[in-house]
Amino acid sequence: MEMVKVTVDNQQVEVPKGSTILEAAKKVGIKIPTLCYHEDLDVKAMCRICVVEVVGARTLQAACSQPVSDGMVIITNSPAVRRARKINLELLLSNHPQDCLNCVRNQRCELQSLADQLGVQQQRFRPKTKTKSPRDESTAALIRDPEKCILCRRCVEVCHQVQSVGAISPANRGIDTEIAPAGGVDLNDVACVQCGQCSLVCPVGAIYEQDHTERVWSALADSSKHVVVQTAPAIRVSIGEEFGLEPGQVSTGKLVAALRRLGFARVFDTDFTADLTIIEEGHELLERLNKGGTLPMITSCSPGWIKFIEHFYPEYLAHLSTCKSPQQMFGALAKTYYAEKTGIDPKDIYVVSIMPCTAKKYECGRPEMTDSGYADVDAALTTRELAKMIRLAGIDFASLPEEEYDAPLGISTGAAVIFGASGGVMEAALRTVYEVVTEETLASVDFKAVRGLEGIKEAEVDLKGTKVKVAVANGLGNARKLMDLIKEGKADYQFIEIMCCPGGCIGGGGQPIPTTNAIREKRIKAIYDADLGLPLRKSHENPAVKTLYEEFLKKPLGEKSHHLLHTDYTKRGKYPEAANR
Amino acid sequence: MTVTSCNIQKPNLGEVIEKYKEFPGSLLDLLHEVQEIDGYLSRDVMQQIAEGLGISESKVYGVATFYSLFKTAPTGQFIIRICESAPCHIRGAQEVLEAIEETLGIKPGETTLDGKFTLEFTSCLGLCGVAPAIMINDQVYGNLTSDRVKEVLLNF
Repeated sequence: MEMVKVTVDNQQVEVPKGSTILEAAKKVGIKIPTLCYHEDLDVKAMCRICVVEVVGARTLQAACSQPVSDGMVIITNSPAVRRARKINLELLLSNHPQDCLNCVRNQRCELQSLADQLGVQQQRFRPKTKTKSPRDESTAALIRDPEKCILCRRCVEVCHQVQSVGAISPANRGIDTEIAPAGGVDLNDVACVQCGQCSLVCPVGAIYEQDHTERVWSALADSSKHVVVQTAPAIRVSIGEEFGLEPGQVSTGKLVAALRRLGFARVFDTDFTADLTIIEEGHELLERLNKGGTLPMITSCSPGWIKFIEHFYPEYLAHLSTCKSPQQMFGALAKTYYAEKTGIDPKDIYVVSIMPCTAKKYECGRPEMTDSGYADVDAALTTRELAKMIRLAGIDFASLPEEEYDAPLGISTGAAVIFGASGGVMEAALRTVYEVVTEETLASVDFKAVRGLEGIKEAEVDLKGTKVKVAVANGLGNARKLMDLIKEGKADYQFIEIMCCPGGCIGGGGQPIPTTNAIREKRIKAIYDADLGLPLRKSHENPAVKTLYEEFLKKPLGEKSHHLLHTDYTKRGKYPEAANR
Repeated sequence: MTVTSCNIQKPNLGEVIEKYKEFPGSLLDLLHEVQEIDGYLSRDVMQQIAEGLGISESKVYGVATFYSLFKTAPTGQFIIRICESAPCHIRGAQEVLEAIEETLGIKPGETTLDGKFTLEFTSCLGLCGVAPAIMINDQVYGNLTSDRVKEVLLNF
């Protein structure tokens, strides 16, 4: 690699040719302030907060976009630099509501932190008089607030480049510019999948999740309600970050303890129904393989992915497994099986789920998700919302003891934990399908080829002579590539796992901010650590699931399963409101 | 006055999209040509363009709303663009504007009820030598006063 020598604030440093000033400065321990820059996204150089002096250059340069050259002399901290950064920030602030106390991102806002760092202490520029479009609360999962938007375009990039959805773009010009859906309509009227990746990268409070905490607090305070909670696999490896723990730590026991202290009557685990999903979906796959059903079969756990295929590939819905997601299976069973077992009237059971996901809010409100006779799931909190509740309750998360989930809906295996990472559902399914088909015990349960952040992963498994070719995609941009292969008739896979968000649920739109690829890697490692630490690592060995079949469901894909655990999908099309115009 | 191209056959949307779809970066040219069909770019049209080029509708909409010469709503048959830059302002653009408003009964951004005229502002037309100036569709009118602009409008 060709190296170049540059000087940053009197320090000599050697960096690879093509590095930016920002990267060179980082190497000598200088963190140049940035705002629109995001380490996982393309450089946009919109905000001009990161300007520096380059000796010999006529104007200040944006450190995020300017590549270094050999012999370049850079000054990152001069009166001119400090003045320019501060003015640029003050101009942004003059166009931003001065309403931090009432903002969802108060104390977690990059703009606010910069104002502190750059020493903004008074409002020198007259605040704006121009009003933006009103707050858009049209979707079940997300709220857009154009007033707060600083036009950094991170959300646009993640929506277009990473997710290939393209629901929002900059519209209009100059002072009138807004990040908006086509036609200036509400987000709910375009093909937005509600994955919330935009909310993860937004530096301010311009896109965030619909609040479900209020309804949960009300349910917890209502003595006539039996409030149960389920936690998605990915929460245990991310919730700690909200309380200052390093990314990559497994906090399962503390998570359970915190939920119990918040007043939930039973603390259950979505992992239980993740194991159940494997039994149902595994049998569905075998049935399709044996009876010539639609192949490749594609997983259906991820509600953002489901909405994506409904909008963009509606003619391929038959490829989807009919299994509901683990969240919805849990809700349906909590208000039937669990209600029967405990003698509690299902109308008094209130099901809360803790999800790494914003689209889960949308999923639990889908009209078909009422097979128990009630809304199967009543509220879906993001990891961030749960952390907010824990803080409000004054619970010191870090010093909580490790506690166990309640039986029976809290009993699970390692196969369920790995649902939280891309490739996990596939691996869990293979662990079970292999043993069901071959009637042999797997020597090693680890299918490492399907693990990791890579966008599309492939593997082939030999089921005693029958070769099964599988693929795994994470992030909808990669999902689109696989769907196009299917469309062209070039996909020779039998089984595909697709997760909407990069890295799978550990990188979901409801996870702690920041969620970067570096943090995703650490959470993935934690997921596999958690799997390794469990005594049971195959879904079909889950004793509570076995009991569930004996006592209630009778058999996989049986009548009760069909009624409670399976669903169908809706053709939505790319332009959902075109017909209404 | 120049004769407008009313006898030339209007382009067909599908054909225009077909013509440009193989050329990356051709969205602007395509939008110009498509706008000639209906005089503006409807949501339906923008969706068909997005489909044809394999890009998102939000992107087409973003480009269409960025440039003032693209319209996303129906406009009058004649678009009057009045220069709002300093030289025209100094030379009496305000009076010209008031005369147009009075004659047509519309404000900038509005269209007359009969669908004939739309009035809007434009940035500098580069016609400072004959300020104040306006454009009506492709035709330029300079050295205007309130009386002269009324005369111009009467000819439409």
